[in-house]
Amino acid sequence: MSTTETHTQATEEAPKPQAHAIATALAGGARPARPSALSTSVTFGWRALLKIKHVPEQLFDVTLFPVMMTLIFTYLFGGAIAGSTQDYIAYLAPGILVQSVLFITMYTGATLREDIDKGVFDRFRSLPIWRPSALVGMLLGDAVRYTIAATVTGIVCWFVGWRPEGGIVGVLMGVLTLLIFAFGLTWLWTFLALLLRSQRAVMGVSMMILMPLVFGSNIFADPSTMPGWLQGWISVNPVAHLVDAVRAFMDGGSAAGEMVWVIGWSAALVAVFGTLTMWKYRDPR
Amino acid sequence: MTDLAIETEGLTKIYGDLRAVDGIDLAIARGGVHGFLGPNGAGKTTAIRMLATLIRPDAGRGTVLGHDIVKEADAVRSLVGLTGQFASVDEDLTGAENLRLIALLYGYRGQAASRRAMELLEAFSLADAAGKQVKNYSGGMRRRIDIAASIIVSPELLFLDEPTTGLDPRARNEVWDIIRALVDFGTTVMLTTQYLDEADQLADRISVIDTGKIIAEGSATELKASVGAGSLHVRVMHRNDRDTARELLMRELDVDVAREADPQALSASVEDRARATRALSALEAAGIDVAQFSLGQPSLDEVFLALTGHPAEKTATDEEVAA
Repeated sequence: MSTTETHTQATEEAPKPQAHAIATALAGGARPARPSALSTSVTFGWRALLKIKHVPEQLFDVTLFPVMMTLIFTYLFGGAIAGSTQDYIAYLAPGILVQSVLFITMYTGATLREDIDKGVFDRFRSLPIWRPSALVGMLLGDAVRYTIAATVTGIVCWFVGWRPEGGIVGVLMGVLTLLIFAFGLTWLWTFLALLLRSQRAVMGVSMMILMPLVFGSNIFADPSTMPGWLQGWISVNPVAHLVDAVRAFMDGGSAAGEMVWVIGWSAALVAVFGTLTMWKYRDPR
Repeated sequence: MTDLAIETEGLTKIYGDLRAVDGIDLAIARGGVHGFLGPNGAGKTTAIRMLATLIRPDAGRGTVLGHDIVKEADAVRSLVGLTGQFASVDEDLTGAENLRLIALLYGYRGQAASRRAMELLEAFSLADAAGKQVKNYSGGMRRRIDIAASIIVSPELLFLDEPTTGLDPRARNEVWDIIRALVDFGTTVMLTTQYLDEADQLADRISVIDTGKIIAEGSATELKASVGAGSLHVRVMHRNDRDTARELLMRELDVDVAREADPQALSASVEDRARATRALSALEAAGIDVAQFSLGQPSLDEVFLALTGHPAEKTATDEEVAA
């Protein structure tokens, strides 16, 4: 087996038109000034919104899922837990808002894992930009999804009969508190996405962590009806503190004490898992 | 500016028990195409990922365009482009959106980013598909948009990781043309491939890599010459010239030259390509018209077999599937 290089008197081929176009395009590739960290983060946020535009199905989990959960819990358990659905929705609404948004934060990890698997992520990592901006931008985009979920859930609750005493200001403060905590929690999922090798593993582990946080809390029922060990867990569960804070705002009360917990936990989550994420980001598998 | 595009010493990456890249020393000059040739799992991609600062070496050191790949990773990133199965574009977005996204990330603003995206789409014959989601692109289009995305800002060095794997022959030729255009412009290209003919076609120099180690290095010709002799075939224009030509060649090559069945053809076994070239010049100087000549060489397939003791993996079947 041998290849044969045949040298004949053939004339050099004229350069193809595409070669010329590529040379021109290359020559036009002068380097603009390096963009700021904010600007690249916003650009990644824009990407997240574009993805929502192109794959609107991904909004199912931020719209239909919260609606379903709200209706199921209110009508199925409302009477049993609080005597009537009307009384129950007043208790449940702030909690179900928290639950809806926290469940959606998980998808950030899954989305990141998908980016890694498809190679998009490495393209971003190969760029000379502020390194966390891909992740921060992703979170900015997610903030939009969280807001949609909170809005949808709030509207459903209102239709069911929820009339928050804190008024619109109280509700907005509650949602803002929720978004702060969600921002912190998301870094846990991004870390898992960089640590675990498949999207399924990321979802599975996220679920395992989130379940006891969400269901072992004061979202669905008053903890005073629960056994002592569970009350002990709820008293340290950050989600329970978050729910207390959100509830206090929406019911028109003072949330000062609980806010210390929420902000403290959010800062700790960013400090620990933000750092771990960025450490793993340098050299993921 | 240093002369070398890439320089490494003992570059190593270990995954568990596997030494994916096992102490690689490279010194790659600027300009042209350097090929990284090896079968699947040889460590080509891992090596490229280290050089492109995507992963950190476990041992050894490396510089790219004079910058340390660990300590000055950001400087490296601003000078290199990257295309491969591991550095891709977002399938959910359109071609134009993808290029605009990267342009924005490089610091182009608003309209300028859109203009730059369009410029590249046109240069890569993708203008018609600008508004289509990349997931609807064909394999060839996909590879073109990947390359376009890595030259938004003209890189000095471009890493291409298996740019033609899975492409049909026509799309593969298109990608080759693009690579040649990049090289003509002055971009240094580092190309990994498991296709021997691709390395042969494009690469000025080739490093053959197997199980994490570089087992041979040189031009395609040198690699071929290192394993075996080639053969020179000459066909003179006029059959009367054949005997004169034969004597001349025998003197120049210092080997026996055989007369072929074709009354105009001669053939000889040669060890030294340069010597064969000189012999051909001598024919010309003596006023003998040569209709055709060829220098037969062992193929890179044979080279790979000789170097590694096992053939390059299933290149033929891959191509059949792709076609």
